[in-house]
Amino acid sequence: MAGHSGRVRVRAASLVAPLAVFIGVTFAVPLGLMLLRSVHDPVVADAMPATLALLAEWDGQGDPGEAVYAAAAGELAAASDAGTLGQVASRVNRVQGGLRSVMVRTPRRLRDAPDGPRRAALADIDPDWTDPATWRAIRTAGERWTLRHYLHAVDLDRGAAGGVVRQPPEARIYVRLFARTFGVAGAVTALCLLLGYPIAYLIANAPAARARWLLALVLVPFWTSLLVRTTSWIVLLQTQGVVNDLLVAAGLVADGERLALVHNMTGTLVAMTHVLLPFMVLPLYSVMRGIPARQMAAAASLGAGFVHAFRRVYWPQTVPGVGAGSLLVFILAIGYYITPALVGGQSGQLISNLIAYHMQTSLNWGLAGALGGILLASVGVLYLAYDRVVGVDRMKLG
Amino acid sequence: MTRLGRIVFLAACALVFAFLLAPLLVIVPLSFNAEPYFTFTEGMLRLDADAFSLRWYRQVASDAVWRRALGNSLAIGAAATALATALGTLAAMGLAHPAMPGRRLAMGLLISPMVTPLVISAAGMFFFYSSLGLAQTHAGLILAHAALGTPFVVITVTATLSAFDRNLTRAAAGLGAGPWRTFRRVELPLIAPGVVSGALFAFAVSFDEVVVVLFMAGEAQRTIPRQMWAGVR
Repeated sequence: MAGHSGRVRVRAASLVAPLAVFIGVTFAVPLGLMLLRSVHDPVVADAMPATLALLAEWDGQGDPGEAVYAAAAGELAAASDAGTLGQVASRVNRVQGGLRSVMVRTPRRLRDAPDGPRRAALADIDPDWTDPATWRAIRTAGERWTLRHYLHAVDLDRGAAGGVVRQPPEARIYVRLFARTFGVAGAVTALCLLLGYPIAYLIANAPAARARWLLALVLVPFWTSLLVRTTSWIVLLQTQGVVNDLLVAAGLVADGERLALVHNMTGTLVAMTHVLLPFMVLPLYSVMRGIPARQMAAAASLGAGFVHAFRRVYWPQTVPGVGAGSLLVFILAIGYYITPALVGGQSGQLISNLIAYHMQTSLNWGLAGALGGILLASVGVLYLAYDRVVGVDRMKLG
Repeated sequence: MTRLGRIVFLAACALVFAFLLAPLLVIVPLSFNAEPYFTFTEGMLRLDADAFSLRWYRQVASDAVWRRALGNSLAIGAAATALATALGTLAAMGLAHPAMPGRRLAMGLLISPMVTPLVISAAGMFFFYSSLGLAQTHAGLILAHAALGTPFVVITVTATLSAFDRNLTRAAAGLGAGPWRTFRRVELPLIAPGVVSGALFAFAVSFDEVVVVLFMAGEAQRTIPRQMWAGVR
């Protein structure tokens, strides 16, 4: 940036600074802290430091020894008094199911237990306490910094003997869900291109007055509430809906065999394509508007058939618009939540829906953070591609 | 294109436009349904006057819950738009300046709320705003919606500024106008279309937003989309 004095540069930067600080505080920092949860969890480590220090020297097999039992008994009682026992127990439970209730009732029962070795007292409360797997679970949950949520997010886990193993088949859901999310985004992008290219061409080559009118038809749905449009697709596609009624009336489908078009993958694809189509049409239109109609006429007069002229003359000039629209649609599609949640049913759920589930229902924030981190990294890569192909500062809306 | 090809092409375009408009053509008549169902009744198809009614409009207009939701949507939308438009316009002017250092990086940060999947944004904001006591407050939602709206202002104003002739600013300065006067009298009138359309986008983002609201709003902050979500689910 040679040639600009420091003062001018400072003035330019000072115009950007307020928004940069605002976005930093209201958006970027919250996002960063959320991602931090995917690798950092101090709850168990803070509640059971002595137990964990002793377990660090244990070989993971066999009896951990009376010292560990005594430390754990003391620290569980303290956690119970401090009101954090529930949080500790649910984190251990996530590593090994069934331990939550064991841990929660242990301090209460310990109070009534006779003095003497804590190992006997704990074993008396629940035989799980003599199982090495219980102590391995506590040790795992006690890691302050961990990558295990990222392992879980790609259907892997750490084996009992160390090393990384695949999850049991019934627990392998996330890789498939990521694949489905990318597949849906790709299919929606392709559908948008297929539907958007002809109408962008029509609008770009129409007389000015008609072009304005047609463009308005594209923008009206764009400006209509997302929830309204999604709801409307339910009305259209449901079993007793408009589309099925028309098919039955036309005799194409028997009344008893109405098609399942919504609350499944079909519903997700149709509604998402509808919502994202304008994002494809607008960049295509803005590129096509700059291509003179004379070119195709010239190619035709030189003897090229339509298909040949289109492939050699027109299409190559629209590739920047195709790239811009496709990347934008794909980026928006992989993060979709509302539409799949409303019209997707079971088979149409995407990764965002599962992130919301772990945030709000299972409360497994570490895993939600890891799934979000992977999704966000994908968006980041696509954003860089978009910036390279289109240039973010040349993006246009409407 | 041959005559036949042209007919096929126009028919295909007509189908795409039908696809684009179908949901709107369906939902408007359905809003006059006299029955509380999500389908067209036989009476509606026969165009019986009795099958149509304004009961849902009356209900929305008279129901205290919906009226409060509308108030919340308008208040949160207006405040978020004002904040987003002011900050976004200023930033776009800085970004368009040839002397702006680190433009790519700055642009990446400022655009990020638009491309980040909403569920991730909403989850992060929920935790952070809760820790500051801002979850389940109007102020928290205003800040969150303003953050989501600013990229649209930055993009639309930047697009207008790319056609802006910098010599005009220099001329104004040469004629003795200070920076504020130059902004008010020269720059703002020229970029006004971008600012207005950015503000419209920012308002639309807030008015239509439901994911952040689902995570952050309490009973007192329910907006129209939140209320609709409860109805649709």
